[in-house]
Amino acid sequence: MEVVPSFFETPAPAKYKGIWSWLITMDHKRIGLMYLFAVLFWFALAVLLGGLIRLELMFPGETFMGAQVYNSLFTLHGVIMVFLFIIPALPAVFGNFFLPIQIGTDDVFFPRLNLLSWYLYMAGGIIAVISLFSDGFPDTGWTFYVPFSISTHTNVSTAVFAAFVLGMASMLTGLNFITTIHRMRKKEMGWMQIPLFTWSIYATSWVQLLATPVVSITLILVMIERYVGVGLFDPEKGGDPILYQHLFWMYSHPAVYIMILPGMGVISEIIPVFSRKSIFGYKAIVVSSMSIAVAGSLVWAHHMYTSGMSDTAVFVFSLLTFVVAIPSAIKVFSWVATLYKGSIQMAPPLFLSLCFIYLFSVGGLTGLLLGAAGTDIYVHDTHFVVAHFHFTMFGGAGFAFFAALHYWWPKMFGRMYDFKKAYIGAILLTGGFMFHYVPMFILGLQGMPRRYFDYLPQFAKGNFFAGFGAGFMIVGIFLMLINLLVSLRKQRDASSDPWGGTTLEWQTSSPPPLHNFITEPQVPDYPYDFTGVVEKYAKDTKGE
Amino acid sequence: MSSQTDESGKKLGMWLFLYTEIILFGGLFVLYAVYFARYTGDFIEGGKELNRLFGIVNTVILLISSFSVAASITAIQKKEKTRALAGLISALLCGLIFLVNKYIEWGHKIDHGIFPNSEKLIEGPPGQNIFFGLYYVITGLHGIHIIIGMTLLFISLVFVQTKTVTHTRFAFLENSGLYWHLVDLIWIFIFPLFYLII
Amino acid sequence: MKDKSPLHFFEYKTLFNVLLVLLVLTGITVGASFVDLGSLNVWIALIIASIKASFVLLFFMHMKYEGRVLVFSFLGTIFFLGIMISFTFWDVAFR
Repeated sequence: MEVVPSFFETPAPAKYKGIWSWLITMDHKRIGLMYLFAVLFWFALAVLLGGLIRLELMFPGETFMGAQVYNSLFTLHGVIMVFLFIIPALPAVFGNFFLPIQIGTDDVFFPRLNLLSWYLYMAGGIIAVISLFSDGFPDTGWTFYVPFSISTHTNVSTAVFAAFVLGMASMLTGLNFITTIHRMRKKEMGWMQIPLFTWSIYATSWVQLLATPVVSITLILVMIERYVGVGLFDPEKGGDPILYQHLFWMYSHPAVYIMILPGMGVISEIIPVFSRKSIFGYKAIVVSSMSIAVAGSLVWAHHMYTSGMSDTAVFVFSLLTFVVAIPSAIKVFSWVATLYKGSIQMAPPLFLSLCFIYLFSVGGLTGLLLGAAGTDIYVHDTHFVVAHFHFTMFGGAGFAFFAALHYWWPKMFGRMYDFKKAYIGAILLTGGFMFHYVPMFILGLQGMPRRYFDYLPQFAKGNFFAGFGAGFMIVGIFLMLINLLVSLRKQRDASSDPWGGTTLEWQTSSPPPLHNFITEPQVPDYPYDFTGVVEKYAKDTKGE
Repeated sequence: MSSQTDESGKKLGMWLFLYTEIILFGGLFVLYAVYFARYTGDFIEGGKELNRLFGIVNTVILLISSFSVAASITAIQKKEKTRALAGLISALLCGLIFLVNKYIEWGHKIDHGIFPNSEKLIEGPPGQNIFFGLYYVITGLHGIHIIIGMTLLFISLVFVQTKTVTHTRFAFLENSGLYWHLVDLIWIFIFPLFYLII
Repeated sequence: MKDKSPLHFFEYKTLFNVLLVLLVLTGITVGASFVDLGSLNVWIALIIASIKASFVLLFFMHMKYEGRVLVFSFLGTIFFLGIMISFTFWDVAFR
């Protein structure tokens, strides 16, 4: 087999060597990997911070940290997870690496803008680190609600400026991807032949583009209020603090769709491959992805039922929230229908995808309890909410990220990882996850508030138990990630198509060459036609 | 790479960026809408304190500058380099006059004790504080965008002069023009909402 | 993907006429602000501003001759802006 020089060996622009061939690269694949290592760093850090929080909560009263540190810790955990991990991870890592390949082209439309996005992302992270010092990291929660975010003496301005810079990176990435998909697809690939991961990135990019500026202006206003005291959110000066919440959630609700849509795209890629069967309802998934993007921008105030807004608003936003659940449910049905009567091949990507389907469904169903204003009154700002969003953001988007890692790892690095250790890590993670977060649903229903440093004695058992689950979960995460990283020590052994995929990335070598393809990729009439794959593997097994 | 010669793609990218600017200002217009409904009387009184003449002159200046920029894009496609340069210089002059006017207006207000967190505003009716708070934030952000737009127009001027921008390759000029028109568009809404309310 | 829109530009005369229209509309909106129509005034001002904006968009910004992608994405953006403002009033108008 002819060894094709991969993009690792060929820098672009060609004259740079060593570290500069990464820091001044225009290659979307290198940029994707630079994002990957940054994102994994932030994720690991935020996981450990979360572990510290749960360790503190395992016992009533102060265990090893004071209330002020606790408040800054959960704020930091949230800010890192939301702005430095979940929002960027899937688009910036896998969108960057695979979007151009899936549409058969050699890069994104604006390669230099792409590199700028990465630098903005790194700058945002550094600015967030800076806000840890002197007056201390904000203690407001990642939502930075006024009036406390205006009055607290901690480094709110620096931290929100970091979020502002990260938002710019997100917006520009969305801009780049939209232009790439519109202008650089292979001629034979019409809209209804685009792979579902690319479709999901397309929908996500519109949300990134249009929703992020709302939080940009909101964060600017927080900084202006802290420095100048205009009073736009201050009742003493004629302002309305609830308007801050409206502006904040106008972005932050669509933001959760930025988190989940690419994840759903990944699952839509993995399930057909490991069922050796075409995805059920390709068009329905396309329409539901775009619908989620649109409908998700209509429901933001379901985070505000108890804020003091009008009953009319409570009613309207609750009604609309039920609507947005429908397209998500359509996808879950499509995935399950794809598995049905498929020829199932168990592998770590599929295992993680199945865990995703379960965990995301639980998260989504508990979201209905929160979306319905009547029931929300009892569980708002309790641990029920904490459990809900960890099921959807972690069990959903997080697991999809892990699934994507396991699915595309051999393509990105040319090496296959150890399956057994991957399964053990995933099982520990999923089992630990359940033991960690299910108690929180119960604690929330029993009335334990979120973001509280201490709690009433009756909540002690649940918190203790949850802490144990966290331990298993964290071990599972690190085992899984280390297993992947350890595979990099091997020689390159992955073929161009280890799984039997049909999308264009499996038509090129692992890792791909600099310009993605050596021979022109063949665009199939339908992106999930597995007849060729089924024939190939039937022949192979006959030969054994 | 094909993207280097795809002028339509570059234009699409610029429009996408303009959408983010529209939404950025949009957040401020959300605040304006809510507070106008709540403090209509105070807003009307506040509007009276702004100088209409300045507002009208600034509006006319920006409209002329948009015309100039659009004309320079026609000129470059007709290979009329001098006209293109004239259009850009005229737009830049208009921008400069706008900024000077803004400086005079703000200075005048500040001299009369009307600025964010000033005693007069804190002690006055809350609606008036909000009106002027929004006035400074929105026109301030708009002014920053005028400066960015002028920078882009200036670079375009240099590119036209050095023939980096030509009658077949003028995406930079066109996109700078689009940005400038957006800044004009935002002012088209700011003007009546602050200067003409009764 | 090939460039679909043909190379087209507006003549100076057309652009100048658009400028005149814009100046006239500016005059009208200033004039309207001297006639007290109560709560209608702000809506009239917004409508005239929208008409002015349309002229800038269609002619100066060339939207009249742009393809579906730009037209729909622009309208979509304005739609989202409309939602941002109007849906906030579900709260503010009914407190």
